[in-house]
Amino acid sequence: MNPLLKRKSRGDLWFDIINYFLLTVIMLLVLYPLYFVLIASFSDPNYIYSGEIWLFPRGFTLDGYERIFSDSSIWIGYANSILYASLGTLIGVAVTVCAAYPLARKDLAGKSVIMWFLLVTMFFSGGLIPTYLLIKDLHLLNTMWALVIPGAGGVFNVIIVRTFLQSSIPDEMWEAASIDGCSNTKFFWKIVLPLSKSILAVMVLYHVVGFWNGFFDALIYLNDESKYPLQLVLRNILVQNQVNSGMMVDVESYAAKMRVSELIKYGVIVVSSLPLLVLYPFLQKYFVKGVMIGSIKG
Amino acid sequence: MDSRTSGVDRSLFKPSGKRWSRVKRDYELYLFLLPIILLYLLFKYYPMYGVQIAFKDFSPSQGIWGSEWVGFQHFIDFFNSYNFWTIITNTLSLSFLSLLFGFPAPILIAIMLNQMIGKSYKKFVQTVIYAPHFISTVVLIGMLNVFLSPNSGIVNHIITFFGGEPILFMADEGWFRPLYILSGIWQETGFSTIIYLAALAGVNPELHEAAIMDGASKWKRVRHVDIPSILPTIVILLILALGNIMSIGFEKAFLMQSDLNYATSNIIPTYVYEMGIQKAQYSFSTAVGLFNSFINIILIFTVNRIAKKLTETSLW
Repeated sequence: MNPLLKRKSRGDLWFDIINYFLLTVIMLLVLYPLYFVLIASFSDPNYIYSGEIWLFPRGFTLDGYERIFSDSSIWIGYANSILYASLGTLIGVAVTVCAAYPLARKDLAGKSVIMWFLLVTMFFSGGLIPTYLLIKDLHLLNTMWALVIPGAGGVFNVIIVRTFLQSSIPDEMWEAASIDGCSNTKFFWKIVLPLSKSILAVMVLYHVVGFWNGFFDALIYLNDESKYPLQLVLRNILVQNQVNSGMMVDVESYAAKMRVSELIKYGVIVVSSLPLLVLYPFLQKYFVKGVMIGSIKG
Repeated sequence: MDSRTSGVDRSLFKPSGKRWSRVKRDYELYLFLLPIILLYLLFKYYPMYGVQIAFKDFSPSQGIWGSEWVGFQHFIDFFNSYNFWTIITNTLSLSFLSLLFGFPAPILIAIMLNQMIGKSYKKFVQTVIYAPHFISTVVLIGMLNVFLSPNSGIVNHIITFFGGEPILFMADEGWFRPLYILSGIWQETGFSTIIYLAALAGVNPELHEAAIMDGASKWKRVRHVDIPSILPTIVILLILALGNIMSIGFEKAFLMQSDLNYATSNIIPTYVYEMGIQKAQYSFSTAVGLFNSFINIILIFTVNRIAKKLTETSLW
């Protein structure tokens, strides 16, 4: 760095102090609610009720987790979510990448027509009810296919992958390969996919997070509780306040039930969000990359 | 490779090359496109055909085509319904206020982050403030529920500690909008800084060096170098956000909604869900949804025209 840039005036020093202070406060405001959920989930619910937990768990207990782990509904939700997320990601990424490559090619005849065919759906859509009636007529109601197929190949994702391919696979590469007698399919498998690992990672992460956190499609299309993904199970516990009675068979009084259900709520938040929150810092660069590529077109 | 064959192949790469021979040569590429085209025809275009039930009295036994036409009856019913203006006002206030308070936050924080000197602490702060983006809406509302609970929530403990009365936040129609907006800011501000940080990273370093030579303080450089440099990005994002003002999401409002805050939490998407899925008034609900998309399209096109005039950049 230019030594000139390092010299600090008094004003700049204050600027830095205030800046660091404010950012630290903001960071703590974001962090504390998450931290509080974690410590509360390990605390005696009596302390949660009396508001005596601030920085550390009090009356350390694993009671909440034991109750959650002993009940099957969360695990069924977990298993369903893993199934829907893997299947949905597989289908979604495959459709997206297969569509993005031809559209990234300059020499594809009819490219703009196909592009418009896709883009129109960003502005016009049939809306909730006509789509629902279609799913019903196709007899997909109450099946996982209603969650993983209709949304596959979203325009926005196709555009992100296409933008990436346009800049990372030069036309000369295909020209050279095709002169040597390489077919389009072979080129796609041997050259395009290996060179697009980073954008594939971005797409996989986008899809996994979307399926893991989404609940709207499941809410509309599924009515069998054994098929509920994790988020719908969570909604019953966290939003509708229906803590599964199986988790509290041994709790007698109403007041005690209230306390235990509070503890269970903190616990399920941790159990459901921890996998993503723990993994995400290691994958952060891919999410940032996705936003950057998406914004070039925006 | 002899020059003759490569010459023939080369002519095919020119856009002016014979269209049909290109289609034949690249037939595989069209096979790649086949899945998405079929999916779109079935799941995006067919429902557009189904939108006609907004102008019909749809009955499942007669199907979309066989049901009787009623013209604009469902739209008129919606405009004349007692809660039409409440729903429109609720939808617009919620989006406008979210934009008003939510839009400037990531700009400020991105500028502050950009001024940090220590790389590792900066990275740590970024990692923390991006994190809530990965929490599901269900969990976010669940957290609001436990934190704001009148007898066990931490927020009401703080209020009572200072001698106040516990507030029934989640059951109060007056608190619906502030909670919706604040929780949105908490969840999305960090992640939204990414795009501004990218813009700030693109600011020409010579501008900063020249300003330092002239003795400009950090504060002055933020005001006179950083902010003007990222202004085009800000304008474009603001225009885009304005275009989306009527396309507010369903999930969060739906999860926060209860009979007690219905007066402010009843917005177009939750109303469409309530009338269509819960009460099975398919035609009426489709009409409400269509009305919403219609306004949306007008907004997006208007906003794009304005963007074109102001910044010479547009969506398409």
